[in-house]
Amino acid sequence: MLSAVDLAAIWLTLKLATVTTAILLIVGTPIAWWLAGTRSRFKVLIGALVALPLVLPPSVIGFYLLITLGPHGPVGQLTQWLGWGILPFTFAGLVVASALYSLPFVVQPLQQAFEAIGPRPLEVAATLRASPWDSFFTVVVPLAKPGFITAAILGFAHTVGEFGVVLMIGGNIPEKTRVVSVQIYDHVEALEYAEAHTLAGGMLLFSFLVLLALYSRKGRNAWT
Amino acid sequence: MTADEAIHARFCVSWPGFTFDVDLDLPGHGVTALFGHSGSGKTTLLRCLAGLERRSIGSLRFKGEVWQDSERGLFRPTHQRPLGYVFQEASLFAHLSVQQNLDYGRKRVSHAHPVSLQHAVELLGIGHLLDRMPERLSGGERQRVAIARALATSPALLLMDEPLAALDLKRKNEILPYLERLHDELDIPVCYVSHSPDEVARLADHIVLLSEGRVVAAGGLRETLARLDLPTAFTEDAGVVIESVVADHDQIYHLTRLDFAGGNVVVARRPEPVGRRLRFRVHARDISLTLTRAEGTSIINRLPATVIEIATADTPAHVLVRLDAGGTPLIARITRRSLDHLEVAPGKLLWAQIKAVALLA
Repeated sequence: MLSAVDLAAIWLTLKLATVTTAILLIVGTPIAWWLAGTRSRFKVLIGALVALPLVLPPSVIGFYLLITLGPHGPVGQLTQWLGWGILPFTFAGLVVASALYSLPFVVQPLQQAFEAIGPRPLEVAATLRASPWDSFFTVVVPLAKPGFITAAILGFAHTVGEFGVVLMIGGNIPEKTRVVSVQIYDHVEALEYAEAHTLAGGMLLFSFLVLLALYSRKGRNAWT
Repeated sequence: MTADEAIHARFCVSWPGFTFDVDLDLPGHGVTALFGHSGSGKTTLLRCLAGLERRSIGSLRFKGEVWQDSERGLFRPTHQRPLGYVFQEASLFAHLSVQQNLDYGRKRVSHAHPVSLQHAVELLGIGHLLDRMPERLSGGERQRVAIARALATSPALLLMDEPLAALDLKRKNEILPYLERLHDELDIPVCYVSHSPDEVARLADHIVLLSEGRVVAAGGLRETLARLDLPTAFTEDAGVVIESVVADHDQIYHLTRLDFAGGNVVVARRPEPVGRRLRFRVHARDISLTLTRAEGTSIINRLPATVIEIATADTPAHVLVRLDAGGTPLIARITRRSLDHLEVAPGKLLWAQIKAVALLA
């Protein structure tokens, strides 16, 4: 029912979403922690920058990334100088673009979770001899667990669902940058409606299940 | 007490509209009450002692160890200070059971345990709660666990920020006996923030009175409360605390005699056995003065006392009279008219009639 090309696209999509989510949790946690705790006047600025992908058309993000990461862009020149080549139209380029595109979906739930915890549990931990790093991993992370799970689910799902940015920065190279959403586009272009139906239906089901999982979590007690 | 046994603290912190500026020596033993109205800086002082107020400028020396010296850029972070802190509201880690909460601090302390976890659990009567999650505890139980958790780290200094404030009277009365046991059984200096005069009178040995971010008075509880030069905010509730011993029970009239230096008082029958120490408080407004030992009065508690000094009270109609009853200080709040009628002056011998006694147990 699924062709080898379709399976390759699904595999690539899952790989991209997994790598992107892992990177976002590592990069997004300190950003969210800083945003939750800071009184800096740059908080608003950084918060707005992080939220930009929520409102910008994916083609705009893709366009600027293409220029920045391209052979004449500043990042492109850096990656060439480092001997990494240029990122657009590679899997690595897709990861960078996806991470930027899905950043707010990871940072915002984490920030909300950290803000809900507040400074008090950290003060309590400090009076019980826990160093800041110690208390972050033994108090903040467990208390923010629901936030981490929400962030991971949203980051993963949103990366699976992207199309515009991928098309701009990744092109449409089988097994390298051709993800499911692009593959559906190709099927429709080629009037292969049956194949498009299979993949599109799968995406619909996947997205629905993800949201179902997310909302049923929110109804539950956060600690259990 | 040698200088090294004490706690020397000097802090200055400013927020818009509030400046906290204190310089005081706290004793290295017993319970010191930090007393004052809300916004007086009690909690700020406690947080400065704990190192939770990073913006505070000043110095702190705890029994010879420097914990903070802003001039030399020294600041020992909270987690490196051997202290226990009990917060005003429940502060248990919600993701850990009672046992895990107790273990959290204890596991991070390397030195020997003069106060074992076992002792703390027994002292606070929480042995039956160890497997519970914090959300399944009552407010009083949570505070008892929080106190035990602080004690389990064998702190050299125990800081308590109104640990009873969030509790109703019933819960307060449930915890107070544990705090008294703490006071009697542990040799740790305790700083206890409170705005309840009765709590202070019941638990404290020393007192620091704070008002608008400054220290108004500090010293031994009895001497400090018997001072007349405190700001009006404190004199409207003026009174003394007297340490007594249960001396005798009168079975016929259901009365109990309490002896103290310089005399005794008789109160309604107490459950405590003869020989038990009992603190009570006498409000200045509950003492009246007579020139002679009045007969034909329903007031049974009359003590001969010498006038020491006279000071203004909270209203222009009243004055505060400090008396000495055989070594026990008393304060009477009488009208200015009575002062003139009775010709009250320092050195004069009078009879103090005590209308009511507030027992603190």
